[in-house]
Amino acid sequence: MRRSPFSRSQRSTIVLGIMTLVLLLVILQLWLFTATMEAYLGGNDNIVVPGLVASLVCLLLNFGLFHYLRNLER
Amino acid sequence: MSTEDFENASVAPDGQPAEEQPVWRQEYPIDWSASEYVTRREFTRLLLVTSFAFVVGQAWIVLSSLAKKVSAAQPPRVEIATVDQVPVGGSLLFYYPTDNSPCLLVHLKIDQYVAFNQKCTHLSCPVLPEVDQGRFHCPCHEGEFDIQTGVPLAGPPRRRLPQVTLEFANGRIYATGIEEGVA
Repeated sequence: MRRSPFSRSQRSTIVLGIMTLVLLLVILQLWLFTATMEAYLGGNDNIVVPGLVASLVCLLLNFGLFHYLRNLER
Repeated sequence: MSTEDFENASVAPDGQPAEEQPVWRQEYPIDWSASEYVTRREFTRLLLVTSFAFVVGQAWIVLSSLAKKVSAAQPPRVEIATVDQVPVGGSLLFYYPTDNSPCLLVHLKIDQYVAFNQKCTHLSCPVLPEVDQGRFHCPCHEGEFDIQTGVPLAGPPRRRLPQVTLEFANGRIYATGIEEGVA
């Protein structure tokens, strides 16, 4: 089995950094969700599709970061 | 003690390095540093699930927006009262467009009627018409709306009341649609 190029303490630092980025993106999604819901309930439908696209981009970024994290262990 | 020794303070019974241990042993490590790593990684996984949940929520908003457009394409035309049924300064409760949507028809002046959804746009308490003061009043949190336009005047509401469009024919009043909008 190929060993990770990073030591455990290095990987711990990397996972902390990735966790922080993912957390920031999730907070951004929370803000997007509340703003979209507010606009939608106020009768403004123009923002709902861009809101979905932006949230989807955040999810893909999060998935990519997590995928990188998984690769670190292999 | 070197860094490597510190990271591998606990040695598995078979003496092999941590990377070559079975998954269950890697996922439930003894050493503090390894445990911290797994905890952070699992928290990140939880955040990923939360991220997915937000996308589902956004998709739900899009779908319900589309459903609303489809159902609002042909608003029903419903008779709600006759013109002499509501005196000047009076109001009438009716349900439009569904039985779950209470609305108020208010007779402001001679030949001037308005109708709004009765649910407060703050937390859906029923608003009460106060024609002499020119407002709808929400007693739950002291919200106020202009009685002619439905625009919020005071209190926590930030969105105007959805307005029911009216049509008059042969002394009868008909509801023909709902106009929603921001303040």
